[in-house]
Amino acid sequence: MSVLINKKTKVLVQGITGSEGTFHTAAMIDYGTNIVGGITPGKGGTEYSGKPGVNFARPIPVFNSVRDAVQATKADASVIFVPPPFAADAILEAIDSGIKVIICITEGVPVKDMINVYSKLKDSDSVLVGPNCPGVITPGECKIGIMPGFIHKAGKVGVVSRSGTLTYEAVKQLTDLKIGQSTCIGIGGDPIIGTQFIDAVKYFNEDPKTEAILMIGEIGGTAEETAAEYIKEFVTKPVIGFIAGKTAPPGRRMGHAGAIISGGKGTAADKAKALESCGIRVVETPAMIGTAVKEALDGLKKTTKKAK
Amino acid sequence: MKIHEYQAKDLLRRYDVPVLKGKVVFSAEEAGRIAHEEFISQGSKVIVVKSQIHAGGRGKGTIYDVNTGNEMQVEGKTVKGVNVLVGGNVADKAFQYAGAMLGNKLITIQTGEAGSIVRRMLIEDGCSIAKEYYASILLDRTCGKNIIMVSTEGGMEIEKVAEETPERIIKEHVDPKIGFQDFQARRLAFGLGLSGDAFKSFIPFIKKLVNAYYELDCSMLEINPLVLTTDNKFVALDAKINFDDNAIYRHPEFIDLRDIDEEDPLEVEASKFDLNYIKLDGNVGCMVNGAGLAMATMDMIQNAGGSPANFLDVGGGANVERISNAFRIMMSDPNVKAVLINIFGGIVRCDKVADGIITALKNVKVDVPVIVRLDGTNAVEGLATLKNSGMDFKVAANFEEAANLVAAVFA
Repeated sequence: MSVLINKKTKVLVQGITGSEGTFHTAAMIDYGTNIVGGITPGKGGTEYSGKPGVNFARPIPVFNSVRDAVQATKADASVIFVPPPFAADAILEAIDSGIKVIICITEGVPVKDMINVYSKLKDSDSVLVGPNCPGVITPGECKIGIMPGFIHKAGKVGVVSRSGTLTYEAVKQLTDLKIGQSTCIGIGGDPIIGTQFIDAVKYFNEDPKTEAILMIGEIGGTAEETAAEYIKEFVTKPVIGFIAGKTAPPGRRMGHAGAIISGGKGTAADKAKALESCGIRVVETPAMIGTAVKEALDGLKKTTKKAK
Repeated sequence: MKIHEYQAKDLLRRYDVPVLKGKVVFSAEEAGRIAHEEFISQGSKVIVVKSQIHAGGRGKGTIYDVNTGNEMQVEGKTVKGVNVLVGGNVADKAFQYAGAMLGNKLITIQTGEAGSIVRRMLIEDGCSIAKEYYASILLDRTCGKNIIMVSTEGGMEIEKVAEETPERIIKEHVDPKIGFQDFQARRLAFGLGLSGDAFKSFIPFIKKLVNAYYELDCSMLEINPLVLTTDNKFVALDAKINFDDNAIYRHPEFIDLRDIDEEDPLEVEASKFDLNYIKLDGNVGCMVNGAGLAMATMDMIQNAGGSPANFLDVGGGANVERISNAFRIMMSDPNVKAVLINIFGGIVRCDKVADGIITALKNVKVDVPVIVRLDGTNAVEGLATLKNSGMDFKVAANFEEAANLVAAVFA
């Protein structure tokens, strides 16, 4: 089982003919993702098979609008690769066309644009992941995003993270220990994002096949703390946390637009303390993420045996 | 992106937000001349000379001689970051104070011991203050809306007010569907206890301020203090603007407002190559792909007994040129006693990164231990390239080994 996406998910690519869109569509098709169409306004009615050096395993029909694509393909998910000035419009178009799961990879979307998107999103049934995120993967079934598929392994740990490569790092540690993942959600590092930690934790908590949750946070904002309060009250599955940025100086943006300690708020120490007080095992060093999850799963086995 | 007070006020003027008459100057002679020609001879009795640095706390900060470290004085009085000049020959005082401030070091609560060199000053009219207030607009990340905050505690740090007397901060969220409304402006005004002419002056002030925030794509706009003059007019006595970096493309003219003197030279150099580099005080240089992994790597260095010399994210498009520039910039920091390269190949191919590292090492002299950890896409090929280069690397197979190798340097 999995959350948000699985092998039945029909995926559109907004911005399929751009260089990023082309490169990652090829990789998604190779992974086995059911890509059913692409959107590039003005190129509707054609088929696209990549470009020199990047060949799709099969041609993909191109549409002028998301609405056209949904009518023709019954798509229920969309991934967005369009440049920052057009990203908010692309998300709004996907919402308006009834797409259930929208994943925006684009980095650099202005906050003012995202405020409007967020407001529209709250009035809809759509789920937005991102922007500025690596995407979502249900190992062995469906990869929507830019993560390297081969480091993942199907299994029982739900992973949610604000980071890209740090998530790959954690996933690889799990896979090396033969611990698989139910779904990995990269929620992105921007100040306004569609899916927050708390949303991802809810999905994993309700998914019967997810047995443990790994939450990888970082400095800035209070989203980790909010999720921790929820976990304390409603989540019985073991949750393992890591917060990056213990050594980050205040007032400086650490790469991600949202990773900043401002007015003394959002430090790694505060977050770790808040998580621990809600019963979450917080890993001290990033090298031990995999081992900590393993210990939590082993502990789970012991308690189940005792219960029997 | 941060800008100076005088630049922020120039922008606010465009949106009719009331600010005092002022002019930026770059020398003591200019300060004296402008003070005379444009202020005193136009009827000003009081003028203010304000240091223009990006850090806050200027009013309470003190100017020190950049060479001797001695406190600067004019006519037996300590020179502060902001100086109110009144009585006697004000234009001559402006000349003297500006001379004492320029090129010297301003230390405030925000600059730390190192202080900031004063290179620009704002000459501004004085005003007769009845009361000081506070106003700011910024994004509330918890609900994805902008929030307007005002307070009767002007001139204080708002974080301190929030902690000690939170009831003195009045807040209104802006609903993006309908924008900032009049009733919200009134609620803020009544919350501050305003009435009569002061109330009437506040309503248009705050509406214009909100408009400027939106039009300028700010990520933060703070007026502290916001003053009510003795003739019941609201004026922005100070102004702090941060832009949303993601929206700068909509305002290409903002690029000219950047003051690279206020930035670390290595960070300026890194920005030319689109590298995300932040200089820190530690002794282990690190080069990583991805912001989250970079932060985690810095944390790991500290756990291993070192301390990070920098944050450096080489990003997703790491090619040979990028890697070698990143390496050169990282090594320009004399405090670096060891280097850790931590790359997790996703889109980035580790073999390309390895090529970049070798090219960099041929061009940059490195006499400190270099620890390399490559994992993910084409890691095996990358590690083979490093091994076959004949150069001296300490190669780590994973995060844990990398940590141990760093620890060994400091053992």
